[in-house]
Amino acid sequence: MTGAVLRALLSHWLRAPLQLFTLIAGLALATGLWSGVQAINAEARASYDAAAATLGEGRFDRIEPAAGGGIALADYVALRRAGWQVSPVVEGRLNGVRVVGLEPLTAPGGLGPVAGEDADIAVFLSGGGQVFGRAEALDALPEGGADKVVSPKVAPGTAITDVSVARRLLGRADLSFLMVAPEQPMGRPALAEIAPDLVLRPAQAGSEVGRLTDSFHLNLTAFGFLCFAVGIFIVHGAVGLAFEQRRPVLRTLRALGVSLRRLVLLMTIELLGFALIAGTIGVGLGWLLAASLLPDVAATLRGLYGAEVAGGLQLRPVWWLSGLGIALFGTAIAAGAALWRLATMPLLAAGGRRAWAMAEARSARWQALAAAVLLALAVGLAIWGEGLAAGFALLGTGLVGAALLLPVVLGAVMRIGARTARGPLAQWFWADTRQQLPGLSLALMALMLAMAANIGVSTMVSSFRETFTGFLDQRLAPELYVETADDAQAREIAAFLEPRLRSVLPLASVETEVAGLPVSLELARPDPTYPENWRFLQSVDRPWERLAARDGVLINEQLSRRAGLAPGDGVRIAPGVELPVLGVYGDYGNPRGEVIVTEALFADLYPEIVPRRFGLRLAPEEVPALRAALIERGLAASAITDQAAVKRFSLQVFDRTFAVTAALNVLTLAVAGFAMLMSLLTLAALRLPQLAPVWALGLTRRRLAALEMARAVLLAALTALFALPLGLALAWVLLAIVNVAAFGWRLPMFLFPADYAVLGLFALGAAGLAALWPALRLARTPPAALLGVFANER
Amino acid sequence: MNARWLVLACLPGLAQAQGFAGLAGEAGEFALPERGVPPVFPEDHGPHPEFRIEWWYVTANLTGPDGTPYGLQWTLFRSALAPREAPGFDSPQIWLGHAAVTGPDTHLFTQRLARGGIGQAGVTAAPFEAFIDDWRMAGPGFDALALSASGPDFAYDVTLDAQGPLVLHGEDGFSVKSAEGQASYYYSQPFFAVEGVLSLPGGEVPVTGSAWFDHEWSSQPLSERQTGWDWFSLSFDGGEKLMGFQLREGDAGGYTYASWIEPDGALTPYVGAFEAEPLDRADLGGISVPVRWRVRLPQEGVDAEIAALNPASWNALSPPYWEGPVTVSGSHEGRGYLEMTGYE
Repeated sequence: MTGAVLRALLSHWLRAPLQLFTLIAGLALATGLWSGVQAINAEARASYDAAAATLGEGRFDRIEPAAGGGIALADYVALRRAGWQVSPVVEGRLNGVRVVGLEPLTAPGGLGPVAGEDADIAVFLSGGGQVFGRAEALDALPEGGADKVVSPKVAPGTAITDVSVARRLLGRADLSFLMVAPEQPMGRPALAEIAPDLVLRPAQAGSEVGRLTDSFHLNLTAFGFLCFAVGIFIVHGAVGLAFEQRRPVLRTLRALGVSLRRLVLLMTIELLGFALIAGTIGVGLGWLLAASLLPDVAATLRGLYGAEVAGGLQLRPVWWLSGLGIALFGTAIAAGAALWRLATMPLLAAGGRRAWAMAEARSARWQALAAAVLLALAVGLAIWGEGLAAGFALLGTGLVGAALLLPVVLGAVMRIGARTARGPLAQWFWADTRQQLPGLSLALMALMLAMAANIGVSTMVSSFRETFTGFLDQRLAPELYVETADDAQAREIAAFLEPRLRSVLPLASVETEVAGLPVSLELARPDPTYPENWRFLQSVDRPWERLAARDGVLINEQLSRRAGLAPGDGVRIAPGVELPVLGVYGDYGNPRGEVIVTEALFADLYPEIVPRRFGLRLAPEEVPALRAALIERGLAASAITDQAAVKRFSLQVFDRTFAVTAALNVLTLAVAGFAMLMSLLTLAALRLPQLAPVWALGLTRRRLAALEMARAVLLAALTALFALPLGLALAWVLLAIVNVAAFGWRLPMFLFPADYAVLGLFALGAAGLAALWPALRLARTPPAALLGVFANER
Repeated sequence: MNARWLVLACLPGLAQAQGFAGLAGEAGEFALPERGVPPVFPEDHGPHPEFRIEWWYVTANLTGPDGTPYGLQWTLFRSALAPREAPGFDSPQIWLGHAAVTGPDTHLFTQRLARGGIGQAGVTAAPFEAFIDDWRMAGPGFDALALSASGPDFAYDVTLDAQGPLVLHGEDGFSVKSAEGQASYYYSQPFFAVEGVLSLPGGEVPVTGSAWFDHEWSSQPLSERQTGWDWFSLSFDGGEKLMGFQLREGDAGGYTYASWIEPDGALTPYVGAFEAEPLDRADLGGISVPVRWRVRLPQEGVDAEIAALNPASWNALSPPYWEGPVTVSGSHEGRGYLEMTGYE
């Protein structure tokens, strides 16, 4: 009997292939978007983990030079001889590859990712040594006696080797930092007694790259979830409708003696099958999506955070299993209510098709209440919330609350419309539209969420771009940048340039710690270039003059926010050197804190550092001649960059950063459009009994179809209107809360009405397009079908 | 004191999965001990980088103020990847330190690893200093040394004062290790008096006692058939000392050797006469190790029972082995140290 019942149930889908398509496509899309984003995140995380495993980042404390630079080998040996269980690390870049030199005998994490079977320490330490890395990284390294060993476990763009080989490759005599083993012997002296120039930096929870990029991944995850939600709306609609349409079949089956339990079980199995099929398709879609977006993501992460992520995608079991899991989960959410209604349905409940829609209407009051609670929560979060998590919680509650509110608002608009309506046709139009709302509300919610996300994100991105471009113009004033190879060349080039040019601005930085935060300390030469171009977010009077007089320092917004520093506050930049903050400048695109001191003070603090980079001010037409002169003096062509190229590169990094966001944006909107089409199509079939009387009263099918179109466009327009403030609110949250928490800077918000208008038109177009097909079908419905409504056998 | 070869063979990752085979390997470019060329002091207290392996090894039997017996171990191993020394990280010499303190119901141990060439570990002959990290064994001459080591849960700082001469094992320090002729240079200072302090989790314990120092170096010490060894260094109450070892071949006895040392340092070597028979075994986490032995050296009238002070004297280091203080009873009374490797 089971087989017969199953056949009866499944026969429904043969009669309604479109519904089956909606169900499968909705689930597959939801799963695909979700798992695609997950795949990207998983790939990036795996790369970070490999990078972190290289040095045990986050697991081991580190000993670093208090004032930048390196650690002398003698200091390392002195620490060991005092009992400190530390291990030396030499780190540097060579041909774009991060070369990491470890000392395998003392490294607390051993050889990191290549520990174990990959590395034989005897071979690692013998002869020319070994270098482990991925093929691309190894290819970029020069041949230097060490054997190159390809290992996919090493983080992308990284090469792991012995400390001696790394010193040889990088031409370094000192050590970058020391890793501190978790277990230390009894009775060792304090660090300050042995090496007063070194500081102990405790292990941070999570790798630095991990923390920096968290916000980016959270962003992607939020998008993935939004897409998933939209997809689930579609599935929910399709499943609900299918159950509704199958009521007569269910009634008949029950009447024939099929037990309720068996029926519920079989329908659950049926859904499970669909979920697995759709999940598999979705995982495939997600794979395609991730594979096509990953290169962009990798480029973004490299440009923005310097984090290396492999460009190729690996098929990870966790990922596709979670994809199938999310498909099942989605089906459960979407179909749970329908199954529950089936389980509690009275045996002979009539197959009243409108019952489903009416039940939805009854729940409208609850929906409004939930919306109010969520929105209140959002307001509370906006006022009292702090940090990234609160920012995203605010986004979540705000969006869902607004979505739930949408049908209530639309219903109210319909009532007002009905009140102002003149004539029976207009009255019918309003009443009928309102009556359709429950069936369409899910699709409209999806449309609204997609639109709001689109408005919000595009406002953020465009505001960001606007600010960033202006910022680049300020910051990149020098026409030409040169980078010399060593101290001797730096001195020679500076001596050559200074008499010839309007201004030569030496550039150098050291990594240090200010207010307990890692910052780079930069120098600025007193020069009109700076006051002419730089704008401050906050500053004291005449900051540049006072900077030149060593009266203080300038800090970027990131440091100001993280350390709570404002102009006038004292900040300790080196042992015994505390100066007030003179100004806070915007520093977009830089995740780290920054401090600027005047050239003379920098030279006093770090006499050993000779600035090797220079910004040159000259008339643009003189640039080619100077470039030629510099190359003649032995500077590599690649070491000379003109301003336009830097700007172009910066903007390129920027655009890449948001290419992914834009792609997901378009996808969300497309899914919402699809949801609308499916809802209208399924409703169309149900609406015949409501249209037939109107047709019988004399309205032509063409006219009816036109009204149907108008209705869809009207609802879309109202939704778009509702989405606009929500989108702007979203943009505000992104700019003023999420951005500040994630990146450390706040961006001014710009409005782009033309963009919103285009988006609105696009939404109307999507709604119109979605309504076109059902309307055409209505216009072509044979009169017999309409007449059939009045027959008895319905 | 062949026991330590295994330790070197199993230096973390150095000779993976080779175990004994690594030690039994060909000497290659490394130097070999020569019969009839005895060690010269103080030069030969220092390192021999042209040999593959070398160690400086101290074991001590100690007594606390309440009469509680303790033992301590201080070992510095050298293992060469190539038969030369070079400055800085280019040095092919690798150093490994093991330290342990044993009481009747406690056994604490730890290890250190270091690269040669950078000053983190090494040995100089005169004035004598052997060190790795903060662990040191040093003195103006070889007769009076300070010895210290520290671990996460223990430390010790003691002085060693020689009460007798150095003794050369085998033929003037040329110590044969198998019937095939594998050999090492091997001498000892078994007459150190010890005084100092143990820092234990329960507090500091002043101790006195006696210590035994070994220095041994070679390049190809073992036969391929040898699977493990049992090494005894015993100090009898009458002032005589006995160093005996057996290199096991499978379950059979294998090659044995003993040095009988008179109180004045006169040494009589015995090849094949020393016998050691396990009487009782302890189960240490699935590994069965003999912790009570009967040892015999009939030529000197020795027929004694050797019992571990703490059967759980297991150094779970890389590689794991058993090393701990023992008591002697039977034909002779006394104390000593036992080392056992190759038990699995």
